[in-house]
Amino acid sequence: MLLRKFSAPKTFYPLAGKLMPWFFWTFAVLGAVGLYWGLVLAPVDAVQGQAYRIMYVHVPSAWMSMMIYTSMTAAAIAALIWRTKVAELWLLCSPALGASFTFITLVTGSLWGKPMWGAYWVWDARLTSELVLLFIYFAILAMKSAIPDRRKAARVMAMITVVGFVNIPIIKFSVDWWTTLHQGDSIFRKGGPSIAPSMLIPLFMTALSFTSYYFWLVLKRIRTMIEKTENERKTA
Amino acid sequence: MSLLTAKHKRRGAFLAVILIALSAATFLMLRAFNENLLFYFLPSQVKEGKAPENHDFRMGGLVLNGSIKKDGLTVHFKVTDLHTSIPVVYTGILPDLFHENRGVIVEGRMTPSGLFKADQVLAKHDAKYQPPEMTPQMKKYMQMH
Repeated sequence: MLLRKFSAPKTFYPLAGKLMPWFFWTFAVLGAVGLYWGLVLAPVDAVQGQAYRIMYVHVPSAWMSMMIYTSMTAAAIAALIWRTKVAELWLLCSPALGASFTFITLVTGSLWGKPMWGAYWVWDARLTSELVLLFIYFAILAMKSAIPDRRKAARVMAMITVVGFVNIPIIKFSVDWWTTLHQGDSIFRKGGPSIAPSMLIPLFMTALSFTSYYFWLVLKRIRTMIEKTENERKTA
Repeated sequence: MSLLTAKHKRRGAFLAVILIALSAATFLMLRAFNENLLFYFLPSQVKEGKAPENHDFRMGGLVLNGSIKKDGLTVHFKVTDLHTSIPVVYTGILPDLFHENRGVIVEGRMTPSGLFKADQVLAKHDAKYQPPEMTPQMKKYMQMH
């Protein structure tokens, strides 16, 4: 089985090593260009002035918070059905990164909300469901530190991940399903994006940069974990 | 070794059953809470008496064009949903995005005279981002959305 072969730590380890520099350089180059373009070169917004620039960090972070969770759910299903080792490692290495991006999303959103909306925080459906996501990440992380056996921990984490996935569509569609203070989607909407192209291009750059950052780090962490397991096995 | 032996099928089916049950439960729960998940009421809903009468609630809509009257820190304006509009009075600092014809959410209560007394004014962003100097084509493009 090809899938099985790639999911064995022995094949995954060198493959991840080959992919890592690509992710790192995509992260570094697009991050530098995208942030400079977005924070300095992009035009000011007609209504918000300079304050809108926080979206170059806020929006990609929000995407990452959901994207990482979705990748964890896929890994969780593989871990629960096939006991795939790499899927378990993926699950062990991702939630800290997901929680960080969720935290950045909440903080940057709050800093933007005060001058623009008039409040740091409101309990609308979008903000609340994103906060719930942070707590779900914390629950998953708590299981990781509570259960010493890594494989057992991964299985419990997988169960919570699968259950918590219901929150992801709620975050995504909260602005369509209910009246919220948070604005609707500017990019994936009927009739195309409502962001001027000169502002949208750097946003895609930082988004791709953040995504590469996650893949780079998660592969690095998985490789470290494989090395650790290998060393423990040798010394045992 | 096959990817889907009886063991894997059993685990997969178990997971599928959990996921379906969970989605159904969430769907029913959200439907039951639907009213409470609304962040604000529209002026028409307020006129129909759907908003709570004896305590604070939020009302949202657009700031009616030409309705803003400022007197020091006190500001009078009307919130409209294009069917009905309700006059609002507020004393305090307004958020940057507060403008005529733009989304606004006011928190407070109705007075017997039909005036909404707001304790807080929140401005809603319209999800549009554009530079101030727009070419006519760009303007037309943005208005289409």
